[in-house]
Amino acid sequence: MRKAKAALLVAPLFLFLLASFVGPIGAMLWRGAADPEVAPVLPRTLAALATWDGRGLPGEAAFAALAADIRQARADGTLASAATRLNYDVNGFRSLLFSTGRRLPAEGATDLAAAFKAIAPAWGERETWAAIRRAGGPVTDLYLLNALDLRRDADGAIVATPPDQAVFRTVLVRTLWIALVVTVVSLALGYPAAYLLARLPERLANPLLILILVPFWTSLLVRTAAWVVLLQREGVVNAFLARLGLTAEPLPMIYNRFAVYVAMVHILLPFMILPLYSVMRGIPAAHLRAAASLGARPLTVFRRVFLPQSAAGVAAGSLLVFIQALGYYVTPALVGGAEDQMISYFIAFYASRTINWGMAATLSLLLVAATAALFLVYRRLAGGHMPRVA
Amino acid sequence: MRLAANATPGQRLAYAALWAHLALVMIFLVAPIVAIAPLSFSSGSFLYYPLPGLSLRWYADFFTSEFWLPALANSAIVGVAATALATTLGTLAALGLWLAPFPGKAIVVAVLLAPMVVPIIVVAVGVYFAFAQAGLANTRLGLVLAHTALAAPFVVVTVQATLAGFDRSLMRAAASLGAPPATAFRRVMLPLIVPGVVSGALFAFATSFDEVVVAFFLAGPGQRTLPRQMFAGINENISLTITAAASLLVILSIALMAAVEHLRRRGERLRLGRR
Repeated sequence: MRKAKAALLVAPLFLFLLASFVGPIGAMLWRGAADPEVAPVLPRTLAALATWDGRGLPGEAAFAALAADIRQARADGTLASAATRLNYDVNGFRSLLFSTGRRLPAEGATDLAAAFKAIAPAWGERETWAAIRRAGGPVTDLYLLNALDLRRDADGAIVATPPDQAVFRTVLVRTLWIALVVTVVSLALGYPAAYLLARLPERLANPLLILILVPFWTSLLVRTAAWVVLLQREGVVNAFLARLGLTAEPLPMIYNRFAVYVAMVHILLPFMILPLYSVMRGIPAAHLRAAASLGARPLTVFRRVFLPQSAAGVAAGSLLVFIQALGYYVTPALVGGAEDQMISYFIAFYASRTINWGMAATLSLLLVAATAALFLVYRRLAGGHMPRVA
Repeated sequence: MRLAANATPGQRLAYAALWAHLALVMIFLVAPIVAIAPLSFSSGSFLYYPLPGLSLRWYADFFTSEFWLPALANSAIVGVAATALATTLGTLAALGLWLAPFPGKAIVVAVLLAPMVVPIIVVAVGVYFAFAQAGLANTRLGLVLAHTALAAPFVVVTVQATLAGFDRSLMRAAASLGAPPATAFRRVMLPLIVPGVVSGALFAFATSFDEVVVAFFLAGPGQRTLPRQMFAGINENISLTITAAASLLVILSIALMAAVEHLRRRGERLRLGRR
């Protein structure tokens, strides 16, 4: 009875979230593995390629099937979606399909293989046909491989993407690096601050904690706007430095990595200080006095007694900052340059500019997987919840 | 932390260094927010000091602007609607979680709290992907639904925390005195958990009012919210009107924070008073 009542009370929100949150995100993530574009457009070609051994070129039947498929797709206006999908795998495939479509041999023509090769030499390459066969669906590892700067060659073996097209490893490493730097800087700034706060009497520490909470509650956009205003070439900081005579020329402080670090540390530092403070508050002062009375010098007391007991706070704060930093989008987009954008920026880019859902979904999946794994570690360590500020 | 009278010079130095460090950290945290507020009262149009003179022209600009005013209205409407939905659903769910364990509870809790953890860009892209197919993109309803999902976990967590301090024997006492369950809930439980529910609602409102990435993807020209316009303003042409908007938002967030702090302290007093 009570159980049924409990389940009934939870059900509305649970179902709401399934419909408006879990479902939509799940459907989007699935696009990272789904391969639905080519199969309905080139069905005859895929059927003909099913028996192709992959060595040498496919037979005349495959060329005939492709001619029929392209003719049909042009009539139906469906060629573009297949062409776009194939272009994700092999650069230039889109224009190859369209130019072939425009110069298609007449119906009933013979020796189509020669005719196709005359239209575009690419039709004489195994790689072209292998790419079509790989795109037959229903699932593909194309996007996942692409996200790791890998691809499949004509034999289906996994090889590295040519360096001039490889971008994603750089982005993944950059994302991890920015998150790591922000975490380390926050810890370096936050640990001594929390240490002093935790050892002050509460009537002194509480008002100071409120000051830490003000930026915590202030809109992310406001804080980012503040840094844009402050760090501009003609901004407050540069004007201040010039007035002091420290700089002759305004320093470039915005639209670069420095601005990203400063703004992100500013936004995430409270998430470091608050868990550190609450753990450090719980360290009994008697332990420290006992160690001192046994003859330990202050540094030894800190190193052997305080530091180990504050480790849980360090772990919780660092994970909290790192996890949130990984998914940052707004701040780097507004204060960073082209070389400072993190994985979120590329997810947004693929979803809104090029409409490549496969890539947007796969990068999302990588980000969600990393976040979820780290969050499980955080839950195990701290058992706490995570407020969102980003 | 007090220094002992016999502290060595080294200890005194370390102590002074700690205080200096804390002061710098505090300045770093607070100064940027404080520094932009006076700029919004400038009579000129430059983003640096000294101010050529004082005026309210940027506030006048904000409150007469076709760019900002509809956005303020949209933010308020979406925020209030999402808060109402999230508070209702979230409070019910928290009560259910508190009432009794049920099969599959761990998975249910994971789903209820997931919106706090999933990176916001993934939420935005996922919701945009699905809502566009359902005809909910470029609608205010779509934005309200998405913001409700993002805000509801905060209500669940806040109300859960309040319920954790609620003494179950009070309900038994009410029942033994003849109160039907509904009366016991209304007269005994509700007054004690209301501060938690209101805090949750404030959190929910702040979440929706500050949300920019989902709005960026989901809002058409007719639904643009204040953060969405700030994003565009900062990105394209930062003006002093943005500092006016930012100052207004800072005042709002301080008010929200003060309200939540007040409720938390009151809740603590109530609980301690009854023990």
